[in-house]
Amino acid sequence: MRPFAHFAPRSLDEALDIFRREGEGGRPLAGGTDLVVQLKEGGHKFPYPRYLVSLRRLPELKALGWHEDQGLRLGAGLTMAEVASNGWVRQRYPALADGAGLVGSRQTMNMATVGGNVCNAAPSADTAPPLLALEAQARIVGPQGERLLPLEEFWLGPGQTVLRHGELLTEFLLPPPLPRSASLYRRHTPRQQMDIAVVGVAVAVALDDGGRTLKKVRIALGAVAPTPIRARRAEEALEGQAPSPEAIARAAAIAQEEARPISDVRGSAALRRHLVGVMTERLLREAIERARRG
Amino acid sequence: MPKRVITLTVNGETHEVAVEPWWTLLYTVREELGLTGSKEGCGTGDCGACSMLLDGRLVTSCIVLAVEADGCQVTTIEGLAQGGQLHPVQQAFVEKGAVQCGYCIPGMVMAAYDLLRRQPDPTLEEVRLALAGNLCRCTGYTKIYEAVLAAAERMRLEGARG
Repeated sequence: MRPFAHFAPRSLDEALDIFRREGEGGRPLAGGTDLVVQLKEGGHKFPYPRYLVSLRRLPELKALGWHEDQGLRLGAGLTMAEVASNGWVRQRYPALADGAGLVGSRQTMNMATVGGNVCNAAPSADTAPPLLALEAQARIVGPQGERLLPLEEFWLGPGQTVLRHGELLTEFLLPPPLPRSASLYRRHTPRQQMDIAVVGVAVAVALDDGGRTLKKVRIALGAVAPTPIRARRAEEALEGQAPSPEAIARAAAIAQEEARPISDVRGSAALRRHLVGVMTERLLREAIERARRG
Repeated sequence: MPKRVITLTVNGETHEVAVEPWWTLLYTVREELGLTGSKEGCGTGDCGACSMLLDGRLVTSCIVLAVEADGCQVTTIEGLAQGGQLHPVQQAFVEKGAVQCGYCIPGMVMAAYDLLRRQPDPTLEEVRLALAGNLCRCTGYTKIYEAVLAAAERMRLEGARG
């Protein structure tokens, strides 16, 4: 690796001060599973940084708390292993436990953070569709104070986010799940582990009190557009409907239309579009079944 | 910028080491502390040959900056054998013929050791998943999985040290 400076602040304020003082050319360092590899490879995806600011010792990024009305606070600095094994996440936001539990090896999961996965802005990030389907908001703190942003508005393109110099993503807020709801995430990969999603799909559904119609449907797709996306027209087509096989198949077909896949080494655009249909249909069925069982 | 002095407690022994910010934990442990059991394979966190425990968590030390490990506890392959006696995982690798060229083995043993602390009675599938981040180009893995399952059984029988 070529030289850079390294700062190890102990608080969020201290980290923000370092970015302010040192100016342009700095990058935040979380788990390092993407950033350090990119530095070793010469930093083709971004200008080689002059300095790194370690987020490892910021207690503000390790927040983790559940509140019945407000939902889950999830620090951006929590590791994939911490997220995947957390009881609240597993019980109330299972799609996120699914996604976090798929990222790389055990070693990767012990290092990589959920905030890093989101800020890296890969269209294939395994925590992104779950967080979208679960309607996560991102708290961003910077020199001009803080703001709360729906995660959907966080990504601008591959590797591109709304974060400006000196701003940090500190935590996610996930609203509490509705009664009679379920969520899950699956990805298609040729290998079971150590692979990157060809397509990733997350769904979250809630049934009405009688269990006869779908009160709420969220569908999020990974690796089929420049950023992770919601399939909003598919969601709207299904909400308020009885979950019949026909209605589910129709929604899956709409999700296919909403996908904007490209062809690359992992799969052709046609394969990806096909997978979106198959996976969305299967996941909706499974989620509805789970929501029924409660 | 001068080197920074960090504190690493490796296999129970505390060291102060002067490091550059861009040195990895693996480089520092091998070249500065002389513990060359951990290997560098890919250098990008994919092959697992450099696996060690950092504050009790299995990591690929080739993509951990040494400065990030300042103040941490590190366990390397050299820390497993006690009193001249191989750890049951190591002993099982020997007995089952799980080692060919040997380059991946320190990482394999560390990943297996980490698994058995979390899950003393794993299924074959759990062993396979736990070792997914450790690549071996010689053995085809079968003997490695057999060794891990045999070690698990022995450790359960002995109620052995973790």
